[in-house]
Amino acid sequence: MIYLDNSATTKPHKEVLDTFVQVNESFYANPSSIHQAGVEANTLLDRARSQIADILHTEEQFVLFTAGGTESNNFAIFGVPKANTHKGKHIITTEIEHASILEAVKSLEQEGYEIDFLKVDENGVISLQELQDKLRKDTVLVSMMHVNNEMGAIQPIEEAATIIHENSRATFHVDAVQSFGKLPIAFNEDAGPDIISISGHKIHALKGSGIIAFRKKMNIIPLLLGGGQEKGLRSGTVAVPQAVAIAKAARLATQNMEQRNAEYRKWHNDLLEFLAGFGESIHLLSTKTGAPHILSFSVKDLKGEVLINALQKRGIIVSTSSACSSKQKKTSHVVEALDIHSNYKKGVIRLSFGAFNTQDDIREFKKVFTDVMKELKGDKNK
Amino acid sequence: MIWKEILIRYGELSTKGRNKKDFINRLRANIRHTFTDIAPLEIITERDRMHIKIENEDQFEVLMQKLPTVFGIQSFSPVAVCEKDLDAMKNLALIIMEQFKEQELTFKVEVRRSDKKFPLESHEIQREIGAHVLRNNPNISVKVKKPDVELRIEVRQDAIYMMAQIIHGAGGMPVGSNGKSLLMLSGGIDSPVAGYLLMKRGVRLEAIHFFSPPYTSDNSLEKVKVLANELTKFGANIRLHVIPFTEIQVLIKERVPSNTIMTTTRRMMMRVADKVREEIGALGIVTGESLGQVASQTLESLTAINNVTNTPILRPLIAFDKLEIIDIAEKIGTYETSIQPFEDCCTIFTPANPKTKPKVEKVNYYESFTEFDELIERAVRNREVYKFPEENKVKDKFEGLL
Repeated sequence: MIYLDNSATTKPHKEVLDTFVQVNESFYANPSSIHQAGVEANTLLDRARSQIADILHTEEQFVLFTAGGTESNNFAIFGVPKANTHKGKHIITTEIEHASILEAVKSLEQEGYEIDFLKVDENGVISLQELQDKLRKDTVLVSMMHVNNEMGAIQPIEEAATIIHENSRATFHVDAVQSFGKLPIAFNEDAGPDIISISGHKIHALKGSGIIAFRKKMNIIPLLLGGGQEKGLRSGTVAVPQAVAIAKAARLATQNMEQRNAEYRKWHNDLLEFLAGFGESIHLLSTKTGAPHILSFSVKDLKGEVLINALQKRGIIVSTSSACSSKQKKTSHVVEALDIHSNYKKGVIRLSFGAFNTQDDIREFKKVFTDVMKELKGDKNK
Repeated sequence: MIWKEILIRYGELSTKGRNKKDFINRLRANIRHTFTDIAPLEIITERDRMHIKIENEDQFEVLMQKLPTVFGIQSFSPVAVCEKDLDAMKNLALIIMEQFKEQELTFKVEVRRSDKKFPLESHEIQREIGAHVLRNNPNISVKVKKPDVELRIEVRQDAIYMMAQIIHGAGGMPVGSNGKSLLMLSGGIDSPVAGYLLMKRGVRLEAIHFFSPPYTSDNSLEKVKVLANELTKFGANIRLHVIPFTEIQVLIKERVPSNTIMTTTRRMMMRVADKVREEIGALGIVTGESLGQVASQTLESLTAINNVTNTPILRPLIAFDKLEIIDIAEKIGTYETSIQPFEDCCTIFTPANPKTKPKVEKVNYYESFTEFDELIERAVRNREVYKFPEENKVKDKFEGLL
C-alpha cells in the first residue's frame, strides 16, 4: 500500500511508539502525585515540555499539552476573546480555515461576537491589505492557518503578524497543524504569532495529542476546568506518554526538516508537471508556491470518490480535499472559496506526503494514475 | 585575551615552618580539585602567594567565578601581560584601568623591577605610566598613601605583568588543613551551614544522615544528597553515610515515655554517629544545633545528649540567631534545597510536649530496659555510603525517550 494521505493523519514513527509504550510501562504515575513515581513522571513531563519550548523558541511555562489540534484551536478561539471582552468583541479569521476554527467562531457569533472572514485569491492566499483594512480597535483575535489542509496554500504569517501587532491590540493565533515540522514556524521576541496550535498525529506521533504554545504570558480563559493541571489552563491528568511521544516526534520532524522539504518539493514539482500533461482534464488547486507536502487537483466531471476508489483498488491511498469533510456530501468550503469552475468542483483529490514516502511511491502513483485516467476518461497523458 | 595568570594571596597564615608548607600544598590540591573540569592547571606556589597560569578565556571565566568560594584564599587578582615596551605598557595600563572609569578614585603605580636590565628605572616607569593613565582618565587622581586602586607593574625576565583589581576570597583555611570531622546532616537549614563554617576553618567533612523509611521518603534522602553535593563546592570531597534508622526509632517509641522519645532518639543518633566517626578516623562530630531553638537544643537537653560520648561535639551555630543562619544558607546556596517540604527523621514521632529539661539519670534509667547496642551495631554495619561530588553522573533514566 502506498499511503499518500499524510495530511489526514500519519503512521506513528516506530521510535515514537516505542517511547509511548516505554513511558506507559515505566512512568505511568500521575505527574501531579507527590510520591517518587509521580515526581519522576513529572520530571519526564518537564523534559518533554522544555524540548518543545526549545523547538518553538519560547519558555517552558508557555507550552501546554492538549488532546489535539481541535482542542488547541478551540482553546485559542474561545479562550482569548472571553478573557479580553474589555477590549472588544471583534474577531478576524479566513474563509479557508479548518472546521475547528470555523465552527468555533460561528458559535461565538451566536453569542454576539462579530466575525470577519478574509477572502483568498485563486492561490488560496489572503490579502494583507484586506487584513489591515479589517483590523479595528476592538479586534481581540486574529486566527489564521499557516498551511491550508486542503490545498497547501501558505499564508504570509510573519507579515500578517507585523500588521496585526502594529495596528491593533489583537492576539494573533496561528493554526500550525499542517505546517509544523514541514515549514519553519516559531515564536520570536518581537514579531510573529502569539499562539500556535500543533497536532501530534500529523507529525507521526499519536492521535489524541496536541500542543498549544504561547509566545508570552497570555490573557486566556481555560476550556477545561478541574484539577488545575498545566498551570490551571488545561485541567485533566496530563497524558505523559503522549506528551513525551509528541516531544520526540517534534524533534524528529524538525531536525532534518529542510532536507525532507527539498525532497517533497522535488516530488511536488514533478507531479505538477505530470498532471499539467493531462491538459483540460485536470485543474490544479495547488501551486508551486504552496506547501511542498500537499498537492491537490481536480479531475473534470468526475467525483473525487470515484477516483479514490479506483486508485485504492490499485493500492494507492489518497483522499478528497479533507478527511474531516469528505464524508459530507457538500462541496468543501475551501473549494468554494477558490472559486473554480463548477466542472471541477466535485472531483478534488489530495495527495499529501509524509516521512515514510519514497521516490518510488511517486513513480508508482504516476503510473497507476495514468492507467486510471485511461480507464475512467479514456484520456491519455499527452 | 590580556589576562595571563591569576595571583592568589593566602588567607590566615599565622602558622609557620612545616605547617605553612602543608597549608600551601593543601590549598593547591584543593584548587586543583575544585577545577578538575578545566584541568590541568599550572599552579606555581611561592612563600606568600600563588600563581595560576591561564591558557584560554573559558578557563579564566571559570576561575573568576569559582575562586571566591575556595577557603584559604584571602584575595586574588587577574594579571595581564604585555611585551617589554613602554608603549605596550601604557596601552595595557589604560585597558586595565578602564574598569574603574565610572567612579571618582585615587590611585598610584607600584613597580617591582626584577629584571634589572630593563632600560627604564622603577620611578621612570611609575612616572610614565601614571601620567599616561591620568591624562586619559579625568576621574582618577593620584594618592600615594592608601589609594583606592594600586596599579601594580612587575618587570620580569619574560614580560611585563600588570594588575589592579583585588577580589576578596572566602578567607578561612584550606579544607583539610585542620583534620576531619563527621557532620550530622538532617536536611534542614542549619546543618549544612554548620558544615560550611567548619569547612571554612579547614575541617574536612564526612556526613551522616539518619534515614527512616517509610516515615521519611526517598525525596528527603535525595535532598540530603543534594546538600552534601552542594557542600563539596567549597573545595573537598564529602562522603555521606546513610544510616537505616527505622528499627531503632520504632523501638524507642515503644520503650521510653513519650516525652523522652526525642532525647533518647538524639542520644541514639549520637551513639551511631560516634561509632561511624571512630571507623572513619574523624576527630569530632559537627551538629547544627543552636541554643534554645527547639526542645532538643536547651542546655539540659544538650547535656543529656552529650552524655553518651566523650568525643568533642562541635556546634558552630550555638550562638547564632535563626535569621543569621538563614542568611548564610542563602549565601552558600543551600537554603532553597533545605526548605523543600519533606519529612525528616527529626520531625516524625515528635511528642506534643517533649521534655525541655531532661535529666540524664532518668533518661539512662528509661533506656536501661532495652538492649540498643546490637541495633546500633547493625545500623552502622548496614549503612550505605555515597561519595560526592558524584563522579559519573548517574545514567539518564529517560535516555532515548525524548
